[in-house]
Amino acid sequence: MPERIGVFVCHCGQNIAGSVDVEKVRDEAAKLAGVVHAEDYVFMCSDPGQELIRRAIHEKNLDGIVVAACSPFLHKETWQNIAKNTGLNPYLVEVANIREWVAWPHRNDKEKATEKAIKMVEAAVAKLRSDVALQPIKIPVKKSVLVIGGGIAGIQAALDIAEAGLKVYLVEKDPSIGGKMAQLSETFPTLDCPQCILTPKMTELAHHRNATLLTYSEIEDVTGSAGNFKVKVRRKATYVNWDKCVGCGSCMQVCPVEVPSEYEAGIANRKAIYIPFPQAVPNKAVIDPMSCLRLKYGKGCGLCAKECPAGAISFKNNERFEELEVGAIIVATGLEVMDASNFAEYGHGKYKDVITGLQFERLLAPSGPTQGRVIRPSDGKVPKEVAFIQCVGSRDPENWNPYCSKICCMYTAKQALLYKEAVPDGQAYVFYIDIRADGKGYEEFIHRAMSEHKIVYIRGKVGKVYEEEGKLKVVAVDTLTGKKVEVNADLVVLATAAVPSPGVKELAKKLRIQLSEGGWLKEAHLKLRPVETLTTGVYIAGAAQYPKDITDTVAQASGAAAKAISFLSKGYVEREPLVAKVDEDICSGCGNCVALCPYGAVELTDERVAKVDEALCEGCGACTAACTAGAISLVNYDKRQLFDLISTLVRR
Amino acid sequence: MRNILADSSFCSRNSVVIKVFYVKKGQPIDMVFPLSKENIRGRFVNKVLELSGQDIFACYQCGKCSALCPSLERMDLLPNQLVRMVQFGREEVLGSKTIWICSSCFSCAVECPKGIDIASLAEALRLMQLRLNVDHLDLNKIPTEDLEELPPIAIVGGARKFTA
Amino acid sequence: MKFPYYPGCTLKAQAKNFEISALTTCAYLGIELEELDKWNCCGTVYSLATDDLMKQVAPIRVLIRAMEKGQNELVTLCAMCYNTLARANLLVRADEEKMEKLNSFMDDEPDYDGSVRVLHLLQVLKDIIGFEIIMQKVVRPLKGLRVSPYYGCLLIRPKGVAIDDPRDPRILEDLLSALGTDVIGTPERATCCGSYLTIDRKEVVADNAYRIIMASVERGAELLVTSCPLCFFNLDSRQKEAKKLHPEMKQVPIVYFTQLMALAFGLEDSLGFESHYVDPRPVLKEKGLLGGS
Repeated sequence: MPERIGVFVCHCGQNIAGSVDVEKVRDEAAKLAGVVHAEDYVFMCSDPGQELIRRAIHEKNLDGIVVAACSPFLHKETWQNIAKNTGLNPYLVEVANIREWVAWPHRNDKEKATEKAIKMVEAAVAKLRSDVALQPIKIPVKKSVLVIGGGIAGIQAALDIAEAGLKVYLVEKDPSIGGKMAQLSETFPTLDCPQCILTPKMTELAHHRNATLLTYSEIEDVTGSAGNFKVKVRRKATYVNWDKCVGCGSCMQVCPVEVPSEYEAGIANRKAIYIPFPQAVPNKAVIDPMSCLRLKYGKGCGLCAKECPAGAISFKNNERFEELEVGAIIVATGLEVMDASNFAEYGHGKYKDVITGLQFERLLAPSGPTQGRVIRPSDGKVPKEVAFIQCVGSRDPENWNPYCSKICCMYTAKQALLYKEAVPDGQAYVFYIDIRADGKGYEEFIHRAMSEHKIVYIRGKVGKVYEEEGKLKVVAVDTLTGKKVEVNADLVVLATAAVPSPGVKELAKKLRIQLSEGGWLKEAHLKLRPVETLTTGVYIAGAAQYPKDITDTVAQASGAAAKAISFLSKGYVEREPLVAKVDEDICSGCGNCVALCPYGAVELTDERVAKVDEALCEGCGACTAACTAGAISLVNYDKRQLFDLISTLVRR
Repeated sequence: MRNILADSSFCSRNSVVIKVFYVKKGQPIDMVFPLSKENIRGRFVNKVLELSGQDIFACYQCGKCSALCPSLERMDLLPNQLVRMVQFGREEVLGSKTIWICSSCFSCAVECPKGIDIASLAEALRLMQLRLNVDHLDLNKIPTEDLEELPPIAIVGGARKFTA
Repeated sequence: MKFPYYPGCTLKAQAKNFEISALTTCAYLGIELEELDKWNCCGTVYSLATDDLMKQVAPIRVLIRAMEKGQNELVTLCAMCYNTLARANLLVRADEEKMEKLNSFMDDEPDYDGSVRVLHLLQVLKDIIGFEIIMQKVVRPLKGLRVSPYYGCLLIRPKGVAIDDPRDPRILEDLLSALGTDVIGTPERATCCGSYLTIDRKEVVADNAYRIIMASVERGAELLVTSCPLCFFNLDSRQKEAKKLHPEMKQVPIVYFTQLMALAFGLEDSLGFESHYVDPRPVLKEKGLLGGS
């Protein structure tokens, strides 16, 4: 309840002073009850301006301040920080917005504008007089982080967190971590072997004492709030006892069923019981219930169980749920690439030799289904003319996605280069609209592809691809020469658009975070806060936010990890104390507030009075409006204060 | 009636358009295109935009329209080049062979990633000349036995597309 | 089932065989196509200018005739009429001001209200009858006949009026399969025949016909199937000019899809093969599909 209030009126250059008589506002403010200091200044938020406030608080022993300036959205925190640093409670600070609400809308009537400004300052002072000093609510947090997604982004973030001494849980829906990076043949521009650089990180994470991997698992439900999330994880049924499984792979040798392999992007098969790839972490088998004969028909086969030296195969449905309590969550669910079957002009998936970039990676990969021999999926022959088509489904607002998928120019160049190294007497053509080589060493890499390997870059989007006499005819126009070009290709590689991983929409709902256009995870601010979301405690990293290469992914992952670590570093979070409070003497226990609260923050105690959970209350005020007895209201925004505010404003 | 008749304002244009329209083949091609707001925000471009109703400046010259045009080999300017020339305000497109060999098949329109209907652009360029009351097709010059064997839709279609 | 039917000019002239085979096969399938009693030229080809409302008067007047019938559908046979009527319909449905202007200009007509749905016969066969039913009604499956469907342009472009996916249409393939033929696809099945350029640029159309027909022949087709009278003329009659330009070219008969339907349904009286430039009867007799003379 301040009695020695200081009023500070800002000119904001000409922004306010141009339409409001700031000196008059200052003079009228000085006359108000409870005001012992009033002054004005050109730019209150500047260093000298802030110094004025500081000095006044100090010299005049102010116990509350009103700043008449721009929107509280911009600078309320600034004024509150001044108060904090001068020993004044930051909740005894009120802002009268005389810029956005007075000076800007009422430019043409200085007299009326000034009158309004004076009223607003009066109202702010009236409210301040009945405000109480508050302390932020400290809520202890769990010093642990959940990372959703086990690609390079998730792995990097998890490692950083584990190294910082916090507990980290990594949940991944596939049987192994590794993500897209584990499927690549070589990385641009360094041409590193991705498995070689990734596997050390994967194993480090798996063995780290602070880390727990929950693979072949999905997020079922998330409750709680920042600092105290309760996450229910569904550990999917593996039908194999992982405590016994040693990852020897004998089961895979005898399984009679073959289905397209997800790891091989569909160009090769796996068995119904499988370990996704040789460097899988954890190196354990799972059974796919959709293709396993024993699981589909309830009997028969069972060859794998007979073969297993560890007796690990039980065919038992061992699905179970686990509850995790974490303080922060990082979402790193990565990307997928569009399937070739979407594109009717390139064969609608009918031609076996029209494949996606990811499928070509598997052909190039030394540990891939062809041991790195580049051969046509249709007949196994070595292709001598290979056409690479960029921008398939990207940069196409009319038919597909308007955005650029960012990585295709570089990986196409890499694939064309690797193809030429594998088949030196072959010819590669890249059909492009633009070349985006915007990283370190990227432009030089493109130069290398063109110059050293004579890869021909044709500037024109391919019109169509069709089969003729066993070859694939690729028809385009080179817009630079203005001529139609035709290639009788043996193999066509489509750089199809990157899209968010399936299931992201449902996951975002569970986490209460937003998605941007295109379904990518939405950041808090595109330029300044790219790894945070608008939901406190939930961070994002990697291609899930937008397609990006490994360099940017790793950087972002470490950034998100740093944010999460920093958030939890104090061991507690501070919440705004502007929450609802119940006067238990008046509360009749009707329960209206409990039903209305969108955050589930109010409940009735055993004595049938309402009780507010300060950790969950967001200060929305719905309960205050609904309470028939007037027992529940927002601290520093209670009904009587609001009545005073209103009557001040309307009084003549 | 006045307000739904064809816009005749372009007909009262000064002699520049008429000069360009009568450019004969074999004229030396300009090797330099000076660009300025005068030609890019000028009357020609604005008229084309208005008459075709297409977002010409969205074109990023990917060339897919040209790749699928069935009449490409008979054209002097490719469909994507047509758009480019309009973007640059080059009125000589009005003298190209391209716009008269176009059969409005819409292969270009269906493929364009930016949703531009290049066939409508060609139509706008044709109309800018036809509306000067100059026919491109003279049915009187067609031998009678040819006219008799033609299906009526060919004659109606051709007359509506190629005559004033 | 009865549908108001708009023939257009050419179906009463050079494409009489298209109309007759269509009417009899429809009757066989239980569809009565009732010709509009008063109709005018559809105004082909659809005008692409944004300011030329005068050119929409003709097609809208046709739609008014259809509207007067009280049924929502109007069935067309000619692809060019279909395209012009459908696009004009879309234009006025989307723009109230244009609809009003046209209605007030045609003050001697009832106001058009956008209620008519323009359909091509192929859509009726697919969505209203169904190709399974058609297959059941076939009395003589056209076994061993290798046919290549040719769509032309205006049934499948632009996207707004396409009766099937413009990039990968299947409707003719499906119908022809139901009739028992061996369907052979080609990359030129939707390449423009040249349309009205046939008036004074015969060599252009001849060249296109050569390209389109050869693409089918190279893949083993014996017959091309069309659904548009102008495509028919350009692919059939212009083979004369095409042969002059490309002497090695093989002459291939062109038929309408309704003629094949008539053949498959045993309705030999309504085939109308006499007026073709390249006679299809020898190929059909060779396959044992044409009885008698």
